[in-house]
Amino acid sequence: MQDKDKTRRKVLIGLTSAVGLSGLPFAATPFIAAWNPSAKAKAAGAPVKLDVSKMQFGQQIQVSWRKQPVFIIRHTKESLASLELSLSKLADPNSDLISEPYKGLFPTRSKSSEYSVMSGVCTHLGCAPKYFPEVEPKSWDATWSGGFFCPCHGSMFDIVGRVFKGVPAPTNLIVPPHMFDGSILTIGEDKEL
Amino acid sequence: MSEIAGKLFSWVNDRLPIVNTFERHLSKHPVPSKVNFWYLFGALASVVLIIQIVSGIWLIMPYSNTEEEAFSSIEYIMRDVDYGWVIRYIHTTGASMFFAVVYLHMFRGLLYGSYQKPKELVWIFGCTIYLAMMAEGFLGYVLPYGQMSYWGAQVIISLFGAIPYIGESLELWVRGDYYISGITVSRFFALHVVALPLVLIALVFLHLVALHEVGAGNPEGVDIEEFLDDDGVPLDSVPFFPYKVLNALVGIGVFMTVFAIIMFFFPEGGGYFIEMANFQEANPLVTPDHIAPVWYYAPFFTMLRAVPDPLGGLIVMGSAVAIFFVVPWLDRSNVASIRYKGIYSKIALVLFGVSFLTLGYLGTVGVTEVRKTMSVVCTVIYFAYFLLMPIYTKYEKTKEVPKRL
Repeated sequence: MQDKDKTRRKVLIGLTSAVGLSGLPFAATPFIAAWNPSAKAKAAGAPVKLDVSKMQFGQQIQVSWRKQPVFIIRHTKESLASLELSLSKLADPNSDLISEPYKGLFPTRSKSSEYSVMSGVCTHLGCAPKYFPEVEPKSWDATWSGGFFCPCHGSMFDIVGRVFKGVPAPTNLIVPPHMFDGSILTIGEDKEL
Repeated sequence: MSEIAGKLFSWVNDRLPIVNTFERHLSKHPVPSKVNFWYLFGALASVVLIIQIVSGIWLIMPYSNTEEEAFSSIEYIMRDVDYGWVIRYIHTTGASMFFAVVYLHMFRGLLYGSYQKPKELVWIFGCTIYLAMMAEGFLGYVLPYGQMSYWGAQVIISLFGAIPYIGESLELWVRGDYYISGITVSRFFALHVVALPLVLIALVFLHLVALHEVGAGNPEGVDIEEFLDDDGVPLDSVPFFPYKVLNALVGIGVFMTVFAIIMFFFPEGGGYFIEMANFQEANPLVTPDHIAPVWYYAPFFTMLRAVPDPLGGLIVMGSAVAIFFVVPWLDRSNVASIRYKGIYSKIALVLFGVSFLTLGYLGTVGVTEVRKTMSVVCTVIYFAYFLLMPIYTKYEKTKEVPKRL
């Protein structure tokens, strides 16, 4: 074959391949998009509402939003005052490392001065930390002043979900968007945000 | 009658290369005449692969891949399906045995330099098989939708979340839901029973084709192609069939006995093969007190845990598997077998083995300060074995390899 013909053939091959390849993203779209949450899954992940006025002081309850645990704690004045005591243990006391919706509003990190609302998913690898409100020596910390301990890899958080230094979890527990309408708490939605 | 059969056979053989293939890959395929038991594990791995495929097909029949029924369908298999428990325990024992023989097979590779030129591709296909197996095992473990299925998957899928920028949306995409739901289970089911087995079978085929092209190794590291008889067959070789096949049958017999003992008497393997928490249905609101991986992932899990930062942990864990792929280019030794390598290689391999086993043990127990330090030390040794390999294999005194096997 003559060189001229070879060049022409190369151009044709190149053009045909380019046209063929440009179709690839279109062909791949349904296969990739089919893995997104379906309309049904999205509907099941809608916000949840509950009345928190019946909670005891110091009580922690766990509600399920998108099948993930969300912790709600009704703090006492004493427990909020004692937050200062463990300040030196915290890695990020002011939540500077994460974008937090209600930063600096209340010590509870939530939209309320009394209740804390936080995702019960450890920021390390997604386990559910357990609530140990007692101020007493624990096997994982001799100077424990109440908070959360993750049984999976030993991460520790204080009672408002702020992470300790030197544990596997990199950030504080995430505060999900929420709003209070009187004593009705909605998790997963905040009209003011 | 036999005349008709003969005619039929030659009719088929004229159209399908039966005799040629049989001779090329079995009856005339030369393999080294002297090998030891370390050379059995490849054959055993293919036996387990067949066991897994057959038992897997039978498990698909009664299994249900929905959130509501996945767990109860496993109990249904165990209690109500005739011999269902046998089929399930064949599959769970098979999973652990698959990893056991593959780990021994890989160690054989490191021991006798089975990755050295010209066997680099055989080694790389093997590493890819191992990678696909890890994915296959993980996906399969999620299917019963027990507590450990759920929380194990939670930990693994959040590894994607550690990837900067795209992590969170990637996690959501992989799950297809805001938690590990029936949607996740059914897509994992499709991958576990169709996609990855196809990949695995294709890779095993390539692994064997590449092996038959370059020829099997031996514990001496002797190149048997150097001395050929008049027909061009290596003098230090025997035909694969019947010599090696019958030989392997003995090993397969011993292996099947061990397999049966585990399957009938210790199917849970003391919580290492099937973890106790997996006998409870998945509950997204309650984490089990102690999350540990199945034993075959434990060494890598320990490395993940040894690094405080999730992204760092992910990188270390990924590198620990990825580094196997480049071993053919890390080993600069002029000999293949550990028998002729120098003292540094021997020390390095022992340290590597010990650190790998220690990492495995640490992955199955809880975290304490001492164990944390140990996991860091072992992780460093693990990587040092590979990263220092170009140095210690090059600057050590090796022994001369004999000419003949």
